[in-house]
Amino acid sequence: MIKVEGLTKSFGRQAVLRELSLEVATGTITIVIGRSGGGKSVFLKHLVGLMQPDAGRILVDGVDISRLRGRALDEIRRAYGVVFQGGALFDSMTCYDNVAFPLREKLRTPPEELTKRVEAALGQVGLEGVGAKYPAEISGGMRKRVAIARALVTEPEIVFFDEPTTGLDPVLVNTIHHLILNLHRRARFTAVVVSHEIPEIFEIADTVAMLHEGRIVEVGPPAAIQGSTNPIVRRFIKGEPDNSEER
Amino acid sequence: MPEPPLAPALRPFEAVGGWTIGIVDSLGRFGTFLAEAVGALVTPPFKLRAFLDRINFIGYRSLLIIFLTGAFTGMVLGLQIYLTLVRFGSEAFLGPAVALSLIRELGPVLAALMVTGRAGSALTAELGIMRITEQIDAFTVMALSPMRYLVAPSILAGLVTFPLMTALFDVVGIFGGYLVGVKLFGLSEGTYFGEMQTFVDLGDIMVGFWKSLSFGVIVTWVCTYKGFNVGHGAEGVARATTQAVVTSSVLILVWDYFMGSILQ
Repeated sequence: MIKVEGLTKSFGRQAVLRELSLEVATGTITIVIGRSGGGKSVFLKHLVGLMQPDAGRILVDGVDISRLRGRALDEIRRAYGVVFQGGALFDSMTCYDNVAFPLREKLRTPPEELTKRVEAALGQVGLEGVGAKYPAEISGGMRKRVAIARALVTEPEIVFFDEPTTGLDPVLVNTIHHLILNLHRRARFTAVVVSHEIPEIFEIADTVAMLHEGRIVEVGPPAAIQGSTNPIVRRFIKGEPDNSEER
Repeated sequence: MPEPPLAPALRPFEAVGGWTIGIVDSLGRFGTFLAEAVGALVTPPFKLRAFLDRINFIGYRSLLIIFLTGAFTGMVLGLQIYLTLVRFGSEAFLGPAVALSLIRELGPVLAALMVTGRAGSALTAELGIMRITEQIDAFTVMALSPMRYLVAPSILAGLVTFPLMTALFDVVGIFGGYLVGVKLFGLSEGTYFGEMQTFVDLGDIMVGFWKSLSFGVIVTWVCTYKGFNVGHGAEGVARATTQAVVTSSVLILVWDYFMGSILQ
């Protein structure tokens, strides 16, 4: 279980996260929704230990990772898989080597097993035969799928997705969402997905959390969020313009 | 919590304080960065493949530019020194004059400046792009140290390639001087090389060696640091690349003076 308590982060005078609290149950898909620039990616960077909070705690199976550094933090990260917004594939490596990299370097997988697992991972995301290509030679949607294969190839317990469908057409958005759902059914990892793909993302969520101005303003199952009476949530879901933006 | 805004009268003090803290903070980060890289260099696992790739990137791909600049630097030196020495009837000393200028001073400095322009800038741009596309973060969240994979091999490659590039620059430069002095002005071959053997000793070569070794560290340290700490977007990468080349070049010349003073 991931438990976030009172997470606070400011950059200079700009408060990005304000005493944010959230619980993510083991084996579920939790979607964090919210406006662009609302702190979703900053929140995710705290969860994966790329940023340290000014205050608050992030408990992963009872261990406060916000206080960990170096090897102790790496031990926690061994159970992580992360899909970055742009994929973050190593552009000097082929797709095969990208997926093989964490197995080779992190788990020291023997070569015979490595080949099998990489091919299986690429097969799971429907990309058999693209292993020899470089990330620059494939489409944006394929890059996202390679990134998902790389994140899942080590069979992590917790997977973080940072806007996995940004910049994709609606068909690809649904393809990626269903891919995440299918992979989750098979591996039962805990997933935290940051997204603003409304309402498509509700189809795959167990829990939806709405982040607004650095706080979680509402949490619940997708149906409850969709029927929310909270004006902030309703405005966001309906895509109504926010006049405060123009000030 | 965000800090409350200061009274207008106190803002200049805040600005000076902020600037000072920023400088000290940057220097601290700069030093810590090298310490982390050295830590990754001396502890296993060692990344031999990444090291060989960096040798290729920094050294092998700089061979042409080193060859060209070395040859023309030697030829210019040969020409100017010959025209000066001939006025005093001392043209026999052309060989040692060219060799000493190159070995002690121009070889290490110009080779380092050339490698900075070619490989240092590319190193910063490469790491900068990796930073803004989150590839460096990808290493970190995989529980793998980006210092071990990206920075330490570059610094070690700098230590190995800079002295070799300098040696090549020196040799090609001395041959350039030979072409001008011997082939163009008709100085005897024996005089050019014979006097060189008399006046150039191991101490001179070691001066050049220590300089090139330290330049190797300076250039790779500055360039990887700037790439790692790049700003936002393409503009951030462009600015970091410019800063890396300018800072490395200035530090090469400043450090050269201090090394020259110490290793007389």
